[in-house]
Amino acid sequence: MQLAEKYELMRKLARDFATTELTPEILDQVEDTGIFPKDIQKKMADTGFYGIKVPVKYGGQGSDHLAYAITIEEFARVSAVGSLYVNSPNSLGGMPILIAGTEEQKMKYLKPMVQGEIVIPFGLTEPGGGSDAGGVRSTAKKDGDYYILNGRKTFITMAPFADYSVIYANTDPAKGAKSMTAFIVDMKLPGVSLGKEEQKLGLVGCATSDIILEDVRVHKDDILGEIGSGFKDAMKVLDVGRIGVAAQSLGVAQACLDEAIKYSKERKQFGKYLCEHQAIAFMLADMATKVKAARELVYDAAVTKDTGGNSTLASSMAKYYASEICNEVAAKALQIHGGYGFVRGFKIERLYRDCRVFTIYEGTSQVQQMVISSQILGK
Amino acid sequence: MKIVVCIKQVPDTNEIKIDPLKGTLMRDGVPSILNPDDANALEAALQLKEEYPGSTVSVVTMGPAQAKYALRECLAMGANDAYLLSSRAFGGADTCATSTTVAAGIKKIGDFDIIFAGRQAIDGDTAQVGPQVAQRLGLPIATYVQGIREIREKSVIIERMLEDGYEILDVQRPCVLTAVKELNKPRYMTVIGIEQAYQKEITVWDEVDLELDPADCGHNASPTKVFRSFTPPPKGAGEMLDGTVNEMAQSLVNKLFDTHVLQKGQ
Repeated sequence: MQLAEKYELMRKLARDFATTELTPEILDQVEDTGIFPKDIQKKMADTGFYGIKVPVKYGGQGSDHLAYAITIEEFARVSAVGSLYVNSPNSLGGMPILIAGTEEQKMKYLKPMVQGEIVIPFGLTEPGGGSDAGGVRSTAKKDGDYYILNGRKTFITMAPFADYSVIYANTDPAKGAKSMTAFIVDMKLPGVSLGKEEQKLGLVGCATSDIILEDVRVHKDDILGEIGSGFKDAMKVLDVGRIGVAAQSLGVAQACLDEAIKYSKERKQFGKYLCEHQAIAFMLADMATKVKAARELVYDAAVTKDTGGNSTLASSMAKYYASEICNEVAAKALQIHGGYGFVRGFKIERLYRDCRVFTIYEGTSQVQQMVISSQILGK
Repeated sequence: MKIVVCIKQVPDTNEIKIDPLKGTLMRDGVPSILNPDDANALEAALQLKEEYPGSTVSVVTMGPAQAKYALRECLAMGANDAYLLSSRAFGGADTCATSTTVAAGIKKIGDFDIIFAGRQAIDGDTAQVGPQVAQRLGLPIATYVQGIREIREKSVIIERMLEDGYEILDVQRPCVLTAVKELNKPRYMTVIGIEQAYQKEITVWDEVDLELDPADCGHNASPTKVFRSFTPPPKGAGEMLDGTVNEMAQSLVNKLFDTHVLQKGQ
């Protein structure tokens, strides 16, 4: 896809930033401590990465989904966890408020979020409802001007350091998802607590935990959107989110290919460089072809979104394909590294762990297949 | 304060490879970048703009149409407006002809307090255009500026880098200052800056706009003639001596005799 010059400058900005700030030393430190440096987060926000496609009046940068996808791709090429920090306010963090929030809510929550002052994760998933997002069991019972929230949200990215959280709960358990409603919950409210921080396979440096709600009183002004519109709004959020995860997958896949090519030109076996063995060269050819195809799908999904086309289909296809080939490319790249790929210290080891979740979070590959098939079959 | 910054789009010399057969530079596919010292010059200008509200920063370059990309990068970093001096008549210019054109462009922008330029460009490494522009505009110049200490009513106090230290100069304004990388750390563009950079018009001027005689531009006005360009042969690997100090000294002396650097009996 031929890109307008503006996007090349966007790529340059993201690449310069990511390679300058997220040095191998910093990334090793993140891996060892599980903590992502605050000063880098602040610089990310100041450079405008947290609100790429958020309108300027809400503190954003007024750009578009293609610029967003390219930025995420370039960050992920250097660090998957770094790309997660950039992605979150642009995606699952900011979108619920941008899509369903009132003007006041946008000024109160979205603006400080994209300026890096507050963190608001997306609380949809529950122990009993992952792919089955309609299976939310959390409840919100009306009590005068307040709603009493009860329930448990699980695998909530950034929950341990969140200021607020968007929580999806059913106002009428009998109606189930038809009554699903989004609330902005202050994490300091009585009755809000956190589960133990998860020990994850990858994406170390961005903490994940459960959010537990016990008789939490939330004012009706903090309802996001309409009563009962939660499920529909959440699905719209995920449409955008999938472009973000697709772009992350693309960036990590490219990084795996880069590492594999580099290593294959350094390592000799049987008197020849690895890349001179046809078995390896053909593996690299397959990997490069798939990365290229993923890039076209990801950019196509972003442009479709920007030009008002059917982005549900395009972003599901992009997320499905890019995350699957990312895992395939990572596995092959690790294979090319042999034993060295299995030990800490080589970048491929981290990439391989980081990308495993891409076919899982924000809609598993199987959910994407459901979305794609229902779209093409006209269900 | 009105500040003008002279910039140049250059090939990224880190990415240039040398044709092993012809010994010439392989420029194909080499990305173009904003000359690094010029980014320091722009950063200095942007810092002054922030310090003195109401100031403006204009960037100017001479080059082909694709040099607009480097100008957009400057706009995305925070420059107010950009000027491209572009014409067939400017082609093939050496530093002498380039500075005539750039000086004419700056004169047309007009009303400036400080003109910044980078110390030198990484493609030619001449460090001549900044001083020549100052000469053509009849302005004082300080090269190798590593620090800006104070803006006074009619002058600017700067630190000028020397080989073994620095000197402090009080330079009358308007003046030309050329920046070294020690001056500052250039800022990143911003996402919104890039968006806005593509909503701005870049002013393009040719020799007619600048009221220049084509005989004073480009190849016509370039006394520099390139006789031949070549790549110096690579140096061979050094040889490490070992043993005690005396043994190494003896072995070194023997080698110098062997290669007739030293003559017996001397």
